[in-house]
Amino acid sequence: MKPVFTRTTGLTDKPFHYCPGCTHGIIHRLIAEVMVEMNILDTTIGVSPVGCTYNNYEYFACDMIQAAHGRAPAVGTAIKRVHPENMVFTYQGDGDLAAIGAAEIVHAAARGEKISTFFVNNAVYGMTSGQMAPTTLIGQVTTTSPFGRRPEFEGYPINVSEMIATLRGAVYVERVAVNDFSHITKAKKAIKKAFRVQQEGLGFSMVEILSTCPTNWGKDPVASLRWMEDAMFKQYPLGIYRGQDLEV
Amino acid sequence: MARTEFNIELCKGCGLCVSVCPQKIIALRKDILNSKGFHPSGVEDMDRCTGCTICATICPDCVITVYR
Repeated sequence: MKPVFTRTTGLTDKPFHYCPGCTHGIIHRLIAEVMVEMNILDTTIGVSPVGCTYNNYEYFACDMIQAAHGRAPAVGTAIKRVHPENMVFTYQGDGDLAAIGAAEIVHAAARGEKISTFFVNNAVYGMTSGQMAPTTLIGQVTTTSPFGRRPEFEGYPINVSEMIATLRGAVYVERVAVNDFSHITKAKKAIKKAFRVQQEGLGFSMVEILSTCPTNWGKDPVASLRWMEDAMFKQYPLGIYRGQDLEV
Repeated sequence: MARTEFNIELCKGCGLCVSVCPQKIIALRKDILNSKGFHPSGVEDMDRCTGCTICATICPDCVITVYR
């Protein structure tokens, strides 16, 4: 017998600090596996966000740097312009990217910066204990929307992929999920495609990955995956929003 | 012929692997605790494991190694 599934060398040996069942771990692994498969681990610089994944520089075996809250695309822009031969990715959550960092991501995409952004959307602020995020669904109960999100008071969720896809500088935008085997496989393909777009120097690429937050959703890990399928897929339909015909 | 190994010290007992196993042979081991205080998951009947890697793919903590 030979090993068919082992821990990728794209990750360090440090155990993840995330809550049980949190799908951040799956997304970390996919990015790390893609870097190893594309043989870019030594030439990649990642940008860590603020949020639950603030210290993911401990987990990726590539070079990493920490950005101020929401400013990962700005830091990524600088790195890529100084080191155009290196691959640059930013890893951001929805509180980081869609709230405080909304301006940064929009303008990085509009400028067509040749970086890849991995946007993890779990519809809630995880690290700060479950407050309402810009991506929180209508009717979703959080600690700051205890009666459920009401559009007349809290407004509507932001569909980031659709928004970024309207910008000409964005070459490839896709929304994927990590709720089961087939979706995880598709998510990995999307991550690889985003890196390929950057490698070819085509422009900005972003993959939005729907994720779970069992702790702050108040559900067990398996029920969280089902809730993602039932509720989040309606508000955030999966698919390619920009670059449907892209051959990379 | 396949074999699945669990690094029980990394496991947080979330049960995602239990829910996806097509052979229904993975369960949380209520008889042991790891140093984090979780009941880690494990395979009850290794002879029935097909090495499909679905459990390892959904595991958020890279606990599982699959041999085939």
